[in-house]
Amino acid sequence: MLVSPNPHLHSKTTTAVLMRDVVIALLPAVIVSVVFYGWKELLVLAVSVLSCVLVEYLITRYCLKKASTIGDWSAIVTGILLALNLPTTTPWWVVFIGALVAIGVAKMTFGGLGQNVFNPALVGRVFLLISFPTYMTHWEIPQGLFGVDAISGATPLGVIKEGLMQGASVPELMAQHGYSYSQMLFANIGGSAGEACAIAILVGFIYLVARKVIKPWITLSILGTVAAVSCIFWLANPAQFTDPLFNLLTGGLLLGSCFMATDYVTSPMTTKGGIIFGIGIGFITLMIRYFGSYPEGMSFAILIMNSTVPLLNNWFHQKKYGRA
Amino acid sequence: MSKRKLNIFTKGFFKENPTFVLLLGLCPTLATTTSAINGMSMGLATLFVLVLSNIVISAIAPLVPDKVHIPVYIVVIATFVTILQFAMQAYTPDMYKTLGLFIPLIVVNCIVLGRAEAFASKNGIVDSALDGLGIGFGFTMSLTVLGLVREILGSGSAFGWKFISGDGLLVFVMAPGAFLALGYLMVLFNKIAKKN
Repeated sequence: MLVSPNPHLHSKTTTAVLMRDVVIALLPAVIVSVVFYGWKELLVLAVSVLSCVLVEYLITRYCLKKASTIGDWSAIVTGILLALNLPTTTPWWVVFIGALVAIGVAKMTFGGLGQNVFNPALVGRVFLLISFPTYMTHWEIPQGLFGVDAISGATPLGVIKEGLMQGASVPELMAQHGYSYSQMLFANIGGSAGEACAIAILVGFIYLVARKVIKPWITLSILGTVAAVSCIFWLANPAQFTDPLFNLLTGGLLLGSCFMATDYVTSPMTTKGGIIFGIGIGFITLMIRYFGSYPEGMSFAILIMNSTVPLLNNWFHQKKYGRA
Repeated sequence: MSKRKLNIFTKGFFKENPTFVLLLGLCPTLATTTSAINGMSMGLATLFVLVLSNIVISAIAPLVPDKVHIPVYIVVIATFVTILQFAMQAYTPDMYKTLGLFIPLIVVNCIVLGRAEAFASKNGIVDSALDGLGIGFGFTMSLTVLGLVREILGSGSAFGWKFISGDGLLVFVMAPGAFLALGYLMVLFNKIAKKN
């Protein structure tokens, strides 16, 4: 374990307080997703959170025979993030398997909170994406709280990828499907629940930064890298590559960069390390979107960069005060 | 069979299990265990090469100059692998196609060369044969168990007998699932081994 050099300050902040703040910051996104997608989304959220907490309780109590650690709220955060990363139509037992993998494999196998290398919610999501491609790529267009007839449809990123493979150009596809930026900013695009509304995620992000729970550098460097790199590609060939604003507002980019790349345990400890970490995530995400076979690469990018965190912590460790 | 000979035979199953304890031959272990049958076939193929090469190497070891002993052992092992390859191609062409490249790769399998170096070159013919059988069956057992676990989780079947309709957790048929299954089986194996 790495401990920052002297001087250390005492503070009343505990893991539980920080994690509770993250839950509060996620509330706008949760409320908006339930309003847009209706009770089905509430069911996915409930199953995900309850099974994460239950799995953590059972493992700490009966496998490790220690005091249970569910009081630190971290399992709840993982549960909410996992649910926000899944399509609303995911069956409950698939959600449960995701929670089991997230907590059981990605977190408790490594020794619990603070020792996991990879973000648990993302490991759960990617496990499900590879294991159940049919459930995990069946998206729904939001129909509102009381909407009955669900319409299934592809995400904007999926539509563009599919269309490009069939030889259409980006502006054609955008016009054909009527995508507008205000729509992406406020809602009503197909995708997993947490991707529904960009504004709700940004509100939560500003709350976290204002409460000093997270520093904004990782998020800003991801968004900056995606904007800058996609700008170069877009200016070079606007028929083949999507524009920067489209890339910033679609897919899991905002949710991932605000809430999952900034996870304390799996991100670098210093600002410099964090910026490099963010540049890596932004670049890999964009390369997968532009050239990969999956339409979206945010979760893969974060997991890949998670594995470089020990190295980044080693390169950019904090300078000691005084003479060495 | 004397107790010492029995010990040479049984150590390959638990105390020196090549997969779960020595972690040898991981490349074929991870790559070929997509189903129980595939895992077992790979294990049996390795067993065949292991026993025969152990016997021949223990017989010729005193005659081989020390400087060239590795090339000589490799030639002996490669001979038996070639025999195996032709035999499989002739009698089990489907399995030969499934295992593909991993059959010729038995030549560089570290279990085979490891047993030649560590055991067969220093012991008699009977002991070396027993050692090859023990380690070989240990390897076969591990690969079958790993293949069975991956097949049950990944395709919902056991030894080709399907008990659910549709797919299982597809990840277990792919490479990440191999690492996951091997890791958790190792935990289980060590827990059982510690208890005894």
